[in-house]
Amino acid sequence: MISNLLISFELNGKEIHIEAQPDRRVIDLLREDLGLTGPKESCGRGDCGSCSILVDGFVRLSCLMLAVQLNGRKIVTIEGLYGPKGLLHPVQDLFVELGALQCGFCTPGMIMTIIDLLNSNPRPSRDEIREAISGNICRCGAYQKILDAVETISERVSQR
Amino acid sequence: MSKVFMPAQPDELWGILDENPEAVVYAGGTDLLVRLRSRFTKPDCLVCLERLDDLKGVKADDDDIFIGALTTHREMLNDPIIQKDLHILTHALKQLGSPPIRNMGTLGGNIVTASPAGDTLAPLYILNAQLEIGSRNSTRRAPIESFILGPGKVDLAHGEILSRVVVRKVPKFEVHHYEKVGKRNALACSVVSMATLMNVSSNNLISNIRLAWGSVGPTVLRFGDIEHFLVGKPLTVEGLSEAINMIQELVKPIDDIRATACYRREVAGRLLLRLLKYSV
Ligand SMILES: Cc1cc2nc3c(=O)[nH]c(=O)nc-3n(C[C@H](O)[C@H](O)[C@H](O)COP(=O)(O)OP(=O)(O)OC[C@H]3O[C@@H](n4cnc5c(N)ncnc54)[C@H](O)[C@@H]3O)c2cc1C
Ligand code: FES
Ligand code: FES
Repeated sequence: MISNLLISFELNGKEIHIEAQPDRRVIDLLREDLGLTGPKESCGRGDCGSCSILVDGFVRLSCLMLAVQLNGRKIVTIEGLYGPKGLLHPVQDLFVELGALQCGFCTPGMIMTIIDLLNSNPRPSRDEIREAISGNICRCGAYQKILDAVETISERVSQR
Repeated sequence: MSKVFMPAQPDELWGILDENPEAVVYAGGTDLLVRLRSRFTKPDCLVCLERLDDLKGVKADDDDIFIGALTTHREMLNDPIIQKDLHILTHALKQLGSPPIRNMGTLGGNIVTASPAGDTLAPLYILNAQLEIGSRNSTRRAPIESFILGPGKVDLAHGEILSRVVVRKVPKFEVHHYEKVGKRNALACSVVSMATLMNVSSNNLISNIRLAWGSVGPTVLRFGDIEHFLVGKPLTVEGLSEAINMIQELVKPIDDIRATACYRREVAGRLLLRLLKYSV
């Protein structure tokens, strides 16, 4: 007999208690059970980064995690980046301002990776940005604009 | 799959393994969960090791460096002990997977997966790494080259887990070199890799060298004869040329989707020429 597990974690600032089957993957729990469609599944095997989320501040791939692994953790998805007044996060603002996307499918994962990067390295060089997003595939090839956007954030940080 | 456990204490883990003889453990899941998805493995019971804090982190005493099997690649890259003494490992880790893979994947997972292309393996072979394998009642040690038996095969019984990797601090090597040849820089499995630890004397002779190759045999390969042969040789094209031929004879590559055996053999030898940049 398969019994469900009770899982408790913080999701975008809210406490969540939810039941899940033992083999439920985090991406399925987020998208199907919790209705957060920001994280996307493309490859389902770690190659593309479109399912990236922050777990205790570090970027992880939700297609390669089982739901139990969320227990006690703080999870942030793209949906959790809004400020209190519904303002966009500065990284999102710059993506819009500089057009760092075409279809936008890679964007939620890309932005989570960039936030992890900026947390550990607030002023990354272009090469460091390139390296940091090397696990996030953009099929539209918006890479140059993405690099421009992150570089602009990096410059604004250094002007402050 | 009907059960999944996430023990936080070793005792809890041993209990779970005793009661579930079919249980399969995983750490970061970057190999195992991919294999589950492609349905190569269908375990009924999984045990996630990520909360076993005792098996995480890097420590050192006067003689040895100890790396917990559950330490992630990112944690190793950021660790001051590894940054100071194990450059060879940092060179390899920087080329492993991608940032999210390095946030999740662990050293223990890379070893137990036992892929001939596993990026930490060639460095660990030439560091003469010892593995500590724990079970409920005992801990045993094994050199990495006897623990890894073939692609995906390791000397590990049910009820045992890899707990730590132990590396001696001496001898010291000036040159720590790791090179991975792949189709692209990120997210690429190596076609051939070579790890080297070396000292070069002031008159440009090799005074001490250890070499290992990945992806050119069923396991990482290390050849005592070649290391021995190279000691005392000048670090020049002429000095290395005979060893290149020897390497090309000894490696046992196969054809696969990434490259032909012939190409791998050629590259495995020629990677030695990269060491010329360390000549004095
Ligand atoms: C997109 C992608 C790219 C990758 N690129 C690379 C690369 O460039 N280079 C490379 O070397 N690898 C690469 N890998 C493979 C993988 O990320 C690494 O091998 C990683 O180190 C595995 O660690 P893990 O903790 O995720 O392993 P898991 O998937 O958790 O486990 C792997 C195996 O080890 C066993 N295991 C894990 N920990 C223990 C333990 N402590 N004791 C006993 N058994 C244990 C598990 O049962 C399983 O059989 C890549 C994987 C993906 C998905
Ligand atoms: S869907 Fe998770 S990495 Fe591609
Ligand atoms: S904008 Fe379309 S995949 Fe990146």
